[in-house]
Amino acid sequence: MIRALRSHARAALVAILLSVGVGTAVPVMAQQTLPSTTAAQDGFVPVSPEDMGQEHLPATPLVFAAYATVWVALLLYVLTLWRRLGRVERELADVSAKLEARRR
Amino acid sequence: MRLTDRLVPLLLLIAAVMFAAAPYVIDTAPYESTMGLVQRIFYFHFPSAMTMMLTAIVCGIASALYLARRKPIDDRVAVAAAELAVVFGVIVLITGPLWARKAWGVWWVWDARITSTFVMWMVFNAYLLLRRFGGPGSEVLSAAVGFFGMMLVPFVYWSVNFWRTLHPKTSVVPTLPVDMGIPLYFCWAAFTILYVALLIVRVRLEASRSALEEAYLALED
Repeated sequence: MIRALRSHARAALVAILLSVGVGTAVPVMAQQTLPSTTAAQDGFVPVSPEDMGQEHLPATPLVFAAYATVWVALLLYVLTLWRRLGRVERELADVSAKLEARRR
Repeated sequence: MRLTDRLVPLLLLIAAVMFAAAPYVIDTAPYESTMGLVQRIFYFHFPSAMTMMLTAIVCGIASALYLARRKPIDDRVAVAAAELAVVFGVIVLITGPLWARKAWGVWWVWDARITSTFVMWMVFNAYLLLRRFGGPGSEVLSAAVGFFGMMLVPFVYWSVNFWRTLHPKTSVVPTLPVDMGIPLYFCWAAFTILYVALLIVRVRLEASRSALEEAYLALED
C-alpha cells in the first residue's frame, strides 16, 4: 500500500515538474524577437510558375533533403523494428522449446 | 493466423505504394505564391506532425487506462505509441527547419509552436528513457509522463493562434484550395496507414518481450 502511494506520489511529482517547466519556458521563449517574413501564415495562395519571381536561395536541395529524411527515417525505423521483433521471437521460440523439453 | 498478421503486410503495402506515388501527386499541386517550391515540404511536414499528435494522444489514453486499471495491454500500447511519437517527431523537427531556412531565412526560431513541439518530443524521449533505465515501477511513472505528453497536444496545436509566431496558423489547412488539399490528404492518409501498421507491430514486439520474460522466469523455477 505504502509502495503504491509512493509510486503515485513520484508520478505526480514528475508531472508537476514537467508542467512547471513547460509552462514557464514556452511563454518566455515566445517573447523573443522574431525575424520578419513575407511567407504566408493565414492561408496558402496558389500561383502559376510564370508569375513567380526569381528565387535567391535554391529550394530544390531543401525539398529533396526533406523528402529523403522522411523516407530514410521511416525505412530505418521499419528495418530496426523488424530486426528487434525477429530477435525477440527467435529467443522466445528457443526458451519455449527448452521449457517444453524440460516438461517432458 | 491472427487478423493482425494479415492486416500489417496489407497496410504496409498500401502505405509503400502511396509513399511511392506521393511525389507524383504532390507535383500536381500549384506553387504557393509567397514560398514557391519549398512549400511542398508542407505535404510531408504537416502529416508527420499530425501523426505525432495522434500517437501522443494514443499514448496518453493508453497511459491513463494503465494508471486506472493496470492491464499490460494498455502499457504495451503506450510504449509503442511513445516510441512512434519520437520517430515522427524527428521527421517533424528536421523537415520544419528545412522549410524554414528558405521561407523565413533561418533554420530555427524559438517561437511557441516550434518550441512546444520540441518540448513534446523531449517528453516522449523522457518516457522512453524512463522505461529503459527507470527499473521496477517505471511503468507507472512513465504512464504519468505519457499522459502529460498528451496534455501538450492541444497546447502545441493552438499555440500558433495564441502567440506571435512565424509558423502558418491552423486556418491554413481548412482553407486550402482543392488542388493543394488533394495531395495533402493523400500524404496524410499514407502517414496514418503506415502509423497504424507500425503501432500494431510495435505492440506485438512488447507482447513478445513480456512473453520472453515470463518464459525465462518459468525456466529458472
